[in-house]
Amino acid sequence: MVVKVQAKLLDKIKLKENIYHFKVEAPEIVKTAKPGNFIEIRVSNNTDPFIRRPISIHNIDKNKGILEFIFQIKGEGTKNLSKKNIGEEIDIIGPLGNGTFKYNEYQNIAVIGGGIGVFPLYELCKEAKEDNKHVSTYLGFRSKDFVLLEKEFKKVSDNLIITTDDGSYANTGFAINYLEEDINQGKVSSIYACGPLPMLKAIRKLSIEKNIPCQISLEERMGCGLGVCLGCAVKTAESSKENPQYWHVCKGGPVFNAKLVEI
Amino acid sequence: MNTRINFAGIKMKNPVTVASGTFGYGREFHNFFDLSKLGGIITKGTSLKPRSGNKPPRICETASGILNSIGLQNPGIEYFAQNDLPFLKKFDTAIIVNACGSTVDEYVELCKILNKLDIDGVELNLSCPNVKAGCMAFGNTYDGVKEITSKVRKVLDKPLIVKLTPNVTDIASIAKGAEDAGADGVSLINTLLGMKIDIHTRKPILANNTGGLSGPAVKPVAIRMVYQVSQAVNIPILGMGGIINGEDAIEFMLAGATAISIGAGNFIDPYTSINTISEIKNYMIKNNIENINDIIGKVQIN
Repeated sequence: MVVKVQAKLLDKIKLKENIYHFKVEAPEIVKTAKPGNFIEIRVSNNTDPFIRRPISIHNIDKNKGILEFIFQIKGEGTKNLSKKNIGEEIDIIGPLGNGTFKYNEYQNIAVIGGGIGVFPLYELCKEAKEDNKHVSTYLGFRSKDFVLLEKEFKKVSDNLIITTDDGSYANTGFAINYLEEDINQGKVSSIYACGPLPMLKAIRKLSIEKNIPCQISLEERMGCGLGVCLGCAVKTAESSKENPQYWHVCKGGPVFNAKLVEI
Repeated sequence: MNTRINFAGIKMKNPVTVASGTFGYGREFHNFFDLSKLGGIITKGTSLKPRSGNKPPRICETASGILNSIGLQNPGIEYFAQNDLPFLKKFDTAIIVNACGSTVDEYVELCKILNKLDIDGVELNLSCPNVKAGCMAFGNTYDGVKEITSKVRKVLDKPLIVKLTPNVTDIASIAKGAEDAGADGVSLINTLLGMKIDIHTRKPILANNTGGLSGPAVKPVAIRMVYQVSQAVNIPILGMGGIINGEDAIEFMLAGATAISIGAGNFIDPYTSINTISEIKNYMIKNNIENINDIIGKVQIN
């Protein structure tokens, strides 16, 4: 159930310049949170910035009631959030989104992420591995300096491939090229993706060509996160240009069956 | 203490309602609080046939506000009547349907259907700035408002409220058009037409280029307009525009609003509406106000 809580900031780690990893106490949220869910965070005490910031859930610890999220400073709102001190409370609504990552019916799951899009994939890898799925993870970054959470993902993957666009670290090229190789070798039964739009477009195309079920986590400018403002529209694949139909990232998503959305 | 009001013939337990397009049809909020606590719920703008809305991006943040261009996406009146109204009727609160259309005939047909539904009133949306046909095109002249309101009045026995656009030179004369055509009340303001440009791509953020501005940024404009309209007409006003707490609500009532709506405030905190109700009560206690009706229009002009 979606709840609004004052969550105490338990730990704060600066992963990179401008990227923060927060751990908060939010037992009411983690109780029902699923991989792919997101939260909406109030980032000011006054009216500017006005609306909440949607941020994906990175890790949940149901036993301890701890929720973790990682965010990059993009503007005033996330800058304010990054200034929160350990022990302070953060106003959070969640878990949000009805479309979450589903892997039950598949055995060999391929999880692919790019840049800061890797964060929401961690909980998916973790839960799938706990459920004895074979988890292959492909994470793409621009260069060595941008590589994130390698150690963490290693623990929750049977096979982890890190790529850098410029080859300054690990494998050279795009993560999708390594995924494609494994698809061709029959190693992949389903795909889960989150990352920059060009990457998601390429993955969606590949999954359709290879006829492999694919779930993608999408972003769109969001107003409420609750499903009432209807701001975060995404076009359905089956609707025409003349008569477009829309779902909403906050309500139908953020995770969608790649085949059913047009990006 | 009395917080009951009678707005345009609709009896409400308190003057706090939630604005069209910021509360859906109530489902998303009823896990947070009992909707029966509200004075009323104004539904999402609903049309005769389903509407799919505008291309994204549809929304962006501005200083203390939001620009939106949703484009009246809604499932249509038939779906509403079958699926959403039975849900809303479970709560003890006034249900007002925001009605929108592209042509006069569409508004009339829609209101014929609304007249038969178990609802408390209709808010005629003559003010959406984000659709090509209808809405604001009717709402920005005295004659346009009078014509469409008269035609709807003929088929609607229920309380009729006309929602006005602020994107006009003289909102008081527009309100007069509604009053002269037999409307029971007016609601204002709808959003202010605005625009935001990404200076790096040199393109407007919204796919529709322009959108409607709401949130605390518009409140002073809304207060001024509520005051001006209250001086010009004798029908009651549902005031809205950037209300996020009890103090804002009181300000609107002093300016001349009989009831108020929480709009974008629902986005920053799902509890904004019911917190506003408590804060109004606190204001009444502190200021020895026994009856909330005693403050309506009581601004003391310099």
